[in-house]
Amino acid sequence: MKKLTFALAASAAAVLGFSSAASAADKTKVCYVYVGSHTDGGYSQAHDLGRQQVQKEFADKVETSYLENVPEGPDAERAIERLARSGCSLIFSTSFGFMDATVKVAAKFPKVKFEHATGYKSGPNLGTYNSRFYEGRYILGQIAAKTSKNHGAAYIASFPIPEVVMGINSFEQGARSIDPSFKLKVIWVNTWFDPGKEADAAKAMVDQGVDVITQHTDTTAPMQVAEQRNIHAFGQASDMIAAGPHAQLTAIVDTWGNYYVKRVKALLDGSWKAEQTWDGLKEGVLTMAPYTNMPDDVKKMAEETEAKIKSGELHPFTGPINKQDGTPWLKAGEKAEDGALLGMNFYIEGVDDKLPK
Amino acid sequence: MHIELEKRAAMSPAFSILSPLLALALTLVFGAIMFAMLGKDPVAAMSAIFVEPLLETWSLHELAIKAAPLILMGVGLAVCYRSNNWNIGAEGQFTIGAITGSYLPIVFYDWHSPLVLPLMLLLGALGGALFAAIPAMLKAHFNTNEILTSLMLVYIAQLFLDWLIRGAWRDPKGFNFPVSRDFAPEAVLPAIWEESGRAHWAFIFAIVAAGLTWFMMRYTLKGFEITVLGQSERAGRFAGFSSKKMIWFGFLFSGALAGLAGICEVSGSINHLQPAISPGYGFTAIIVAFLGRLNPLGIVASGLVLGLTYLGGEAAQLSIGVSDKVTRVFQGLLLFFVLSCDTLIYYKIRITWTRMRGGVA
Amino acid sequence: MSMFEAILLTVITASTPLVIAAIGELVTERSGVLNLGVEGMMIMGAVAAFAGAQMSGSPYIGIVSGIAGGAIFSLLFAFLTLTLVANQVATGLALTLLGLGASGMIGESYVSIPGIRLGNIPIPLLSDIPVIGPVLFRQDLIFYLSIALVIGVNWFLFRSRAGLKLRAIGDSHGSAHALGIKVIRTRYLAVMFGGACAGLAGAQLSLVYTPQWVENMSAGRGWITLALVVFASWRPWRVFAGGYLFGAVTILQLHAQALGLGIPSQFLSMLPYAATIVVLVIISHNRRTTLMNTPASLGKAFVPER
Repeated sequence: MKKLTFALAASAAAVLGFSSAASAADKTKVCYVYVGSHTDGGYSQAHDLGRQQVQKEFADKVETSYLENVPEGPDAERAIERLARSGCSLIFSTSFGFMDATVKVAAKFPKVKFEHATGYKSGPNLGTYNSRFYEGRYILGQIAAKTSKNHGAAYIASFPIPEVVMGINSFEQGARSIDPSFKLKVIWVNTWFDPGKEADAAKAMVDQGVDVITQHTDTTAPMQVAEQRNIHAFGQASDMIAAGPHAQLTAIVDTWGNYYVKRVKALLDGSWKAEQTWDGLKEGVLTMAPYTNMPDDVKKMAEETEAKIKSGELHPFTGPINKQDGTPWLKAGEKAEDGALLGMNFYIEGVDDKLPK
Repeated sequence: MHIELEKRAAMSPAFSILSPLLALALTLVFGAIMFAMLGKDPVAAMSAIFVEPLLETWSLHELAIKAAPLILMGVGLAVCYRSNNWNIGAEGQFTIGAITGSYLPIVFYDWHSPLVLPLMLLLGALGGALFAAIPAMLKAHFNTNEILTSLMLVYIAQLFLDWLIRGAWRDPKGFNFPVSRDFAPEAVLPAIWEESGRAHWAFIFAIVAAGLTWFMMRYTLKGFEITVLGQSERAGRFAGFSSKKMIWFGFLFSGALAGLAGICEVSGSINHLQPAISPGYGFTAIIVAFLGRLNPLGIVASGLVLGLTYLGGEAAQLSIGVSDKVTRVFQGLLLFFVLSCDTLIYYKIRITWTRMRGGVA
Repeated sequence: MSMFEAILLTVITASTPLVIAAIGELVTERSGVLNLGVEGMMIMGAVAAFAGAQMSGSPYIGIVSGIAGGAIFSLLFAFLTLTLVANQVATGLALTLLGLGASGMIGESYVSIPGIRLGNIPIPLLSDIPVIGPVLFRQDLIFYLSIALVIGVNWFLFRSRAGLKLRAIGDSHGSAHALGIKVIRTRYLAVMFGGACAGLAGAQLSLVYTPQWVENMSAGRGWITLALVVFASWRPWRVFAGGYLFGAVTILQLHAQALGLGIPSQFLSMLPYAATIVVLVIISHNRRTTLMNTPASLGKAFVPER
């Protein structure tokens, strides 16, 4: 049986003409797993741009490949295992839902290196990485407080996971630093990716008189609504200025490429170690799109805040901060610990919503 | 050109065997053309999709994992469809089965007993059956179209699971992320042959379910009843069969198997509950059921073939760099050819090149 | 513009694609054919419309291209189920699978390109009426078409000879054939009409609702139209009412959230589906009226006897 399999494989290889295999083998393989399509115009595309940056940077040393539209669950485990078996030296699994699958495959292939985005489980050959999106959202909050005529904004939110709740709180915290009476409405659409639903939510908010919207969902639909209704909005994941040339104030742009290049470099020079990385504006895994459609003083304020966050002078979650019900959370001058942020499941004061339980 | 069909007196045994092969051949030809148009080597593409996944042991295990839920659900649906009841909500019953089956390992997580696993499977099947009972009851008593109610219930089941995982069943040690606690070892469906890969008992259940169902359809009175009522409600009534009872039977049977598939998937492959547990298995199973010509043994084959195209599509993404959409188009092609070639089994096809006569078309 | 008017406009945009696609499916089903592939035809319409608009620079060419895309794609279904008498349920599902895959392939180069929005056409005089003027008479062409479709299909089915024939085929293809009505040809046209409407609904998605192209942007709306047709017991005006009811529930659900009632959002998201089931039960409860409206040959294959 084994012989037969071998013969089949050999003939298949002959048919396929694996002539290019030899030259490709000299290169280090770096692989990616995406939950969406590499052209989804949102989250997965941002990671794919990062992959392309790696490919460009190390064109002669590294070969990159990816698997897209991988469902979370048993399919993820198979997809990651396939990459591990196909000779990838470093595998980035880019969605939270791939966490357990990555852990399992990493245990099975100790010689392959793994990095999982936005999760909390790690191992000797499994690192984690995430982006401090909340730093950007603090700036958005400040801009919103300066821009809104009725002391409020609407937040189109996907799912009540800590990542999203943290973003909402950071936005509100930024807004309150300018305008203590600022009210943030939150609307849950229970999807990352449904332009129709996101547009409906944006319209519903505009119909209720909101004049600034921000989103933690992936399509440009809310930005289009903002443009059409002559209000302001913030882009998410990528610069959405094309969808809202008059509406976009700025956008939080995922620039994973800088991180990926750093890690692949470490892989090539042998210094790669499994680490838990949580980079932010300073390290350049997220960048702010140009500040547009706002007066110069607001722009100046935003740039100053950005600089302060980068230098470490300002931490968005610095006390005194009360929880939504008025009970104290952080004392004056106290900074939130990373652990508390990563598991955040409560709102701070000023968020006008009841957190889904 | 004009195509006419003429019904055969009996279904053609030759074409029963030939039609799937013909369909496969046509798919290969059209697929090859499509890949060539995309600038890919068609032979390499076909080999990546249909041959390479079968050459490695681990990949065969993965095939068994992928095919198990499709076969389990496909078999249940086939019985339901044979009885002329149209349950297209297997996806929802799969979800609810996964939830009810997970009740023990999540809520009574510190109860360690060899009884846990059998009870889980039972609860899963029960949950799926009860959820399928809703469209059955609505059809039997209110005459409500079951295609639509069972479909609507899919969305409801998924949102319910979502609510549960983000709320009551969230892992207390999971940093508030939407996953349940991990199942204890005795709540995990064991692997069939652990040394060589991760395929688990769900595949055995699927094969057994297919075998038993085949036996039931062929040799028992129940099977006869299903066939008769499915072909003609009136004839069935003359034979003393109740179509109302058959609605219940068809839905409970397919619901139970879908529920079993759900808990098997969660217990054997995922080991905890999470918001996304199925990449549309319940809908793919409908296609599997039809590809297998509603015959339980045929469904084993069609489940494996469809599973193969998923695995092969993934392999092709890596080895020849085709997009994942190409795979879906390719699957669509395969289905269309199989469905159209099946016509040959029941009909003779006559193609006339002259213009048709006026009047009756 | 008052908040009431604004919400009404939002509801209209959400309901229009449902009404259009459901009207098309209604005609298809009235002829006795069950096409479960609406989702696939809708997404093909959406990508065809987007591509057409991009290439020509005109959203109106986009509309035509969307209609054509849906209709041509539906021909595949028609050929399989009508000429080769393949099973309609399975073929419909396969059509959806193929449509989602093919549209993704076609649309790959259109991702992240700003779309072209279909402009509004105010109707002189009428658009100046307070409240209803801005809501109903300053709309885009597709909205006007949706109203025309409801009126036209209602007239066609119940007032015209051709409509009578179509219904006769749906009720009993055998007798209709015996009377000399061209069953297969009529059904081809009915399926293509359904495809064209689904394509137009798709065009509304990528030109009006959210003028952009993203994969899977129909997001299950095709499936909802199938429920709507039954919900409406195969009557055009009820399809219209049902479409708007569904659209209104979807939008008001979001407003209910903003009011902070404290109901889990998952349960609010369930509402439209639960409501459909309840209404289905209520209208089908009365066996006689349902049987009167349901096309008796629905989903059954027809092979002419020689």
